[in-house]
Amino acid sequence: MPAVQHVSPKKGDVVVLVGTMKGAFVFSSDKSRKKWKVGGPYSIGSPVYTMAYDARQGRNRLWWAQQSFRWGCTLVSSDNFGKTVTEPEAYSVKFPEDTGLTLKNIWQLNMPSDQPDTIYCGVEPSALFVSRDAGKSWTPVEGLLKHPHRPKWTPGGGGQCLHTIVPHPKDKDRMSIAMSTGGVYRTNDGGVTWQARNQGVRAQFMPDKYPEFGQCVHKIARDPANPDRLYLQNHWGLYRSDDDGDTWTDIANGVPSDFGFGMVGHPRQADTAYIVPIESDEYRCTPEGKLRVYRTRNAGKSWEPLTRGLPQKDALETVLRDSLAADSLDPAGIYFGTRSGHLYGSHDDGNSWQVIHAGLPAIVCVKAAVVGGDGAASSSRKTSGAAKKAKASSGTKSKAKRR
Amino acid sequence: MPVTVRIPNYLAGFAEGKSAILVAGSPSDTRAVLEDLWRLHPALRDRIVDEQGEVRQHINIFVGNECIRFAEGLATAVPDGSEVMIVPAVSGG
Repeated sequence: MPAVQHVSPKKGDVVVLVGTMKGAFVFSSDKSRKKWKVGGPYSIGSPVYTMAYDARQGRNRLWWAQQSFRWGCTLVSSDNFGKTVTEPEAYSVKFPEDTGLTLKNIWQLNMPSDQPDTIYCGVEPSALFVSRDAGKSWTPVEGLLKHPHRPKWTPGGGGQCLHTIVPHPKDKDRMSIAMSTGGVYRTNDGGVTWQARNQGVRAQFMPDKYPEFGQCVHKIARDPANPDRLYLQNHWGLYRSDDDGDTWTDIANGVPSDFGFGMVGHPRQADTAYIVPIESDEYRCTPEGKLRVYRTRNAGKSWEPLTRGLPQKDALETVLRDSLAADSLDPAGIYFGTRSGHLYGSHDDGNSWQVIHAGLPAIVCVKAAVVGGDGAASSSRKTSGAAKKAKASSGTKSKAKRR
Repeated sequence: MPVTVRIPNYLAGFAEGKSAILVAGSPSDTRAVLEDLWRLHPALRDRIVDEQGEVRQHINIFVGNECIRFAEGLATAVPDGSEVMIVPAVSGG
């Protein structure tokens, strides 16, 4: 077994949580985000598909899902960045016996900032669980568990997973989720009912290319500065919605491919989001052997490649759906991990990049947070000077590879 | 005679460090042995069986030298004094 190291981040430091196919890691840096220490591995040998940091109500708690092909999947937590880990005696996320379902994996954790004791998790097979007591007990959200579309949801390559949870920051009864396959669903009534929200999103692999549901949505991300705006990375297709998912518009303008997985919005700058295009579903590697993050500063009218510090030759990399993240500092830190075990980070809104760590197991999850909460999350949404400059020179409008 | 249940190191961490657990009485079949095991060490349950009570896919249970998958499953008889072994399957990636 590898020697386990620990980090001891202080309030205001940045932590990057990295879930891999062989355990969890915690990277820590001060606000400069130039030198990083690594803690871990935790849950050694277990695939860790989701991690989260809960700083609400003074907590200092990490959560992650520890999945074992032998012993099943459970949530574990740590109040000291991994030095001690609490694994419950009885698994807390379980399907009721009468559903006939069994939990295969937990793909996503979400902690709504306006509901300090509420945690959501998205699981495989597709279902949403909620805890109202800060993670002690969990129940499935019935409206989605018993949704009439359920029999027609079918697994994508990764499994029938509910992988993305996006609460609305101004309406606690409203939330969007995404699953592969199935697509986007939204509730307006706190989870009692759910409606498919895939109008305009292509399903390349179905006879009807624009069905009500059944799309293989890989990720959705909210624009934090404009809460009704969502971005969507599809299994072929890149979209934006300005009405919280009611309708979607194609925004694959100036990207080498509209296939991909990861997607994240800038924490403050309106109209700004990041993706890492992948060549195709047949060849899930970065196009042309170039590792490029693409950024839009105009809500998808154009995208610019961000390459400074990233390999532009022989880089046949894959960045998965939950492996692209942003912190909330100014300028924002952007982070991503690859299946080859490289963790990259930018401390300047994506303008330049460094390898934070190489040689990790295959990375399936990257999350970033400021320890102790962060003032930056509620700071000005004005566009910084550097951002304005970059916006003025933003991307070309060549046509994306698409189907 | 009691039945002896042998568990791997990982599970011993959820059974007060024991790798061999004596189940008293005369449980008639594997299901009854496991039910007694859960009473003694509740944390073992979710790690060995899923929500539907089925033995997890990559865990094998032997009664003596017989894998219950190729016998009567959880209804496999457990003679007095038997040894029941719970073994992680040879699988992974």
